Amino acid sequence: MATKTTLKPKNKAGAKSAAKSAGKPQMKLVKSTPEAKKAKSTSASQWVYDKKTLTGAEIVIQALVDNGVDTIFGYPGGAVLPIYDAIFQQKKIKHVLVRHEQAALHAAEGYARSTGKVGCALVTSGPGATNAVTGLTDALLDSIPVLCFSGQVPTFLIGTDAFQEADTTGITRQCTKQNYLVKDVKDLAKTVHEAFHVAKSGRPGPVLIDLPKDVQFAPGPYQSPEETDLSRYCPRTMPDISLIEDAVEMMANAKKPVFYTGGGVVNSGTEAAELLTEFVQMTGFPITSTLMGLGGYPMRDKQHLGMLGMHGTFEANWAMHDCDVMINIGARFDDRVTGRLDAFAPNSKKIHIDIDPSSINKNVRVELGIVADSVEALRAMIAVWKKRKYKADAAAMKAWWAQIEKWRAVKCLNYQKSAKTIKPQYALERLQAALDKEMSKKNGRDVFISTEVGQHQMWAAQFLKFDKPNHWMTSGGLGTMGYGFPAAIGVQMAHPDALVVDVAGDASILMNIQEMSTAVQYRLPVKIFILNNQWMGMVKQWQELLHGERYSNSYTESLPDFVKLAEAYGGIGMRVSDPAELDDVIAKMMKTDCVTIVDVCVDPSENCFPMIPSGKAHNEMILSADAEKFDKTLV
Amino acid sequence: MARTSQQDRKSVYGAAPVQDPVSSHTLAVIVDNEPGVLARVIGLFSGRGYNIESLTVAETDHTARKSRITIVCSGTVHVIEQIHHQLSRLVPVHKVSNLTLESTHLERELALLKVVGKKDKRIEALRVADIFRARVVDSTLESFVFEITGTTEKVNAFIDLMRPLGLTEISRTGVAAISRGKEGVYEAA
Repeated sequence: MATKTTLKPKNKAGAKSAAKSAGKPQMKLVKSTPEAKKAKSTSASQWVYDKKTLTGAEIVIQALVDNGVDTIFGYPGGAVLPIYDAIFQQKKIKHVLVRHEQAALHAAEGYARSTGKVGCALVTSGPGATNAVTGLTDALLDSIPVLCFSGQVPTFLIGTDAFQEADTTGITRQCTKQNYLVKDVKDLAKTVHEAFHVAKSGRPGPVLIDLPKDVQFAPGPYQSPEETDLSRYCPRTMPDISLIEDAVEMMANAKKPVFYTGGGVVNSGTEAAELLTEFVQMTGFPITSTLMGLGGYPMRDKQHLGMLGMHGTFEANWAMHDCDVMINIGARFDDRVTGRLDAFAPNSKKIHIDIDPSSINKNVRVELGIVADSVEALRAMIAVWKKRKYKADAAAMKAWWAQIEKWRAVKCLNYQKSAKTIKPQYALERLQAALDKEMSKKNGRDVFISTEVGQHQMWAAQFLKFDKPNHWMTSGGLGTMGYGFPAAIGVQMAHPDALVVDVAGDASILMNIQEMSTAVQYRLPVKIFILNNQWMGMVKQWQELLHGERYSNSYTESLPDFVKLAEAYGGIGMRVSDPAELDDVIAKMMKTDCVTIVDVCVDPSENCFPMIPSGKAHNEMILSADAEKFDKTLV
Repeated sequence: MARTSQQDRKSVYGAAPVQDPVSSHTLAVIVDNEPGVLARVIGLFSGRGYNIESLTVAETDHTARKSRITIVCSGTVHVIEQIHHQLSRLVPVHKVSNLTLESTHLERELALLKVVGKKDKRIEALRVADIFRARVVDSTLESFVFEITGTTEKVNAFIDLMRPLGLTEISRTGVAAISRGKEGVYEAA
């Protein structure tokens, strides 16, 4: 009896320890097999990790390092624990713990947009992956290079409705540029390298890799990016030179030309912005930019007409409507830009330069479509313009600019100033003044702006000035409320010394307010500048103008006290409602060293103008709600 | 511009644009034979509201793991051009060829028809099958299974004739297509 009882625990302990180390001895066995040795000897690279076979999780980390990643945003869970374990045991990659997976993706977008690198996110299976869908879709529509790793249940459980199982590749297929389910650890390294290549090449976009838990544990060979064949995806970047010549000739003969530039210029990096600036100034043509394109050309320059589109400036939209040659570089004729399609720039010849062939002739038929990267196209156009010694038609340009100055004189962004309440536009003007002061200082900080979505976003686009690319983060295509704050966190992670301001609305900021914890944890001094009008402003504006002032569910009752909320999280909160105190509060905000919410109580009745009502043409834009042109009987 | 019904209702939102004439096109798409590639192609059609009339897919090069998808789709010239570009930019897609526009081409479809009947109808079915050069691939005393190959129109005509003769079941492969002449869509390199 006694021996039996002593034996039993022994056996149990033995079984336990065997189960515990089941993974490890197996690995060792595999390592010492001839195949593993062969893999070792054939990979002729210098990587430290290459000396041995890695586990799937280690392969992911090594591939991230080899692709130049230093930061990853994520949230752990059962199906990604092996990767989190690998993260714990290394120092090359910093993991930022967000508080919701959607924020991980937006932070990665902010990181990517402000650095030009691929932003990375790590989420678990099931709810982790489904929460990431909004961020992926946002990155898809705004062409932001993002790579998301999602955990998945072990391969042998896929399809059994296992705990936290979701068909992640199925769900994300339509909201990624490409996605992968890696079922064999042998394919893992090359899949990660290809994913990076796909995310940043051509028209950038989000890529997702779904990683079953057993693949993360399994030992497998590692190959470096240099050893990986990436030739199956190589989109065209060089323009057809004869088309460039045609385009430049069209431009040289133009009487009323206009540049219309978009996010493609920003995505191509600072060189594209420099070339664009050189070319625009060389030709003397006016230029207008889309929401995503702001910063591609210095907005303070006289040739820049401001943003175009639904809430664009009067001069930009009229110039687009009346132009005879339109040069679209890296923009995609979005419906918020074109307004009514059959009345869009009716007398113009259009040149469209885009890296994505499917963007050309998608919404608007163009006379000349050129598939190319904007850097290459601009370089070629400048060369042709110089070589052929073209000059813009001076007389025609003089008349065209005289016309534009007339439109400009309308001063479409004017608003009723008030000494009693803070007008949202005024708040942004003062913010810009403070930012200018900061930037003009010796050793002044670099300034990055992000926004949420709604009225405040449009006002920010109208009233803030961007002179450099990659300094303006906003959700354009998808219009994701809750984008700005996590994006600002991503920007601040990439630029620890910069001043990062999230211009927010009271409704949008609540969509990812939990990220206050992230900002506090990583001591990120992000400034949240809330234009608080107690409404979902843009919804209210449409209901007021287009739905008979029936304000259905657009009043955000029971808003939190943002000052207390900031303090509850461990940040700083301030409130201002007197225009006279605004400058002081902004100055204080600029000096804080942790996450700061500034609750700017603005005039709730203010609407965002000018505006092209949905389905109207550029020349039907209205400057105020009481404009007679605004036909309320249509409702 | 012609007014649509939406505009007649005086909506504050714009009217949908008027459609150009719709035509049918056959696309040959060479893809990597990897999981999810078909879902990606089909998802593109459903997600963007394009119409598929027929779709066939099979691996055509086992060593290179390439499959060929033949899609018959309908739309305006503009839409077809968009489909072409949208397909081309998918990562696993190597080549898209619009056979209808780029060349004269051949289209074939195979169908299996089960026809159940007795006496005169049975004899008549056999006679029609002979005219259409359909083969009998299975027979019992009360039924035939016919195999017919041809253009979609020919298969349709055969099916219509078989209906009154006891047609009970049809299985069709969808269209396979290839261009005429020595030029190919894709060099198997």
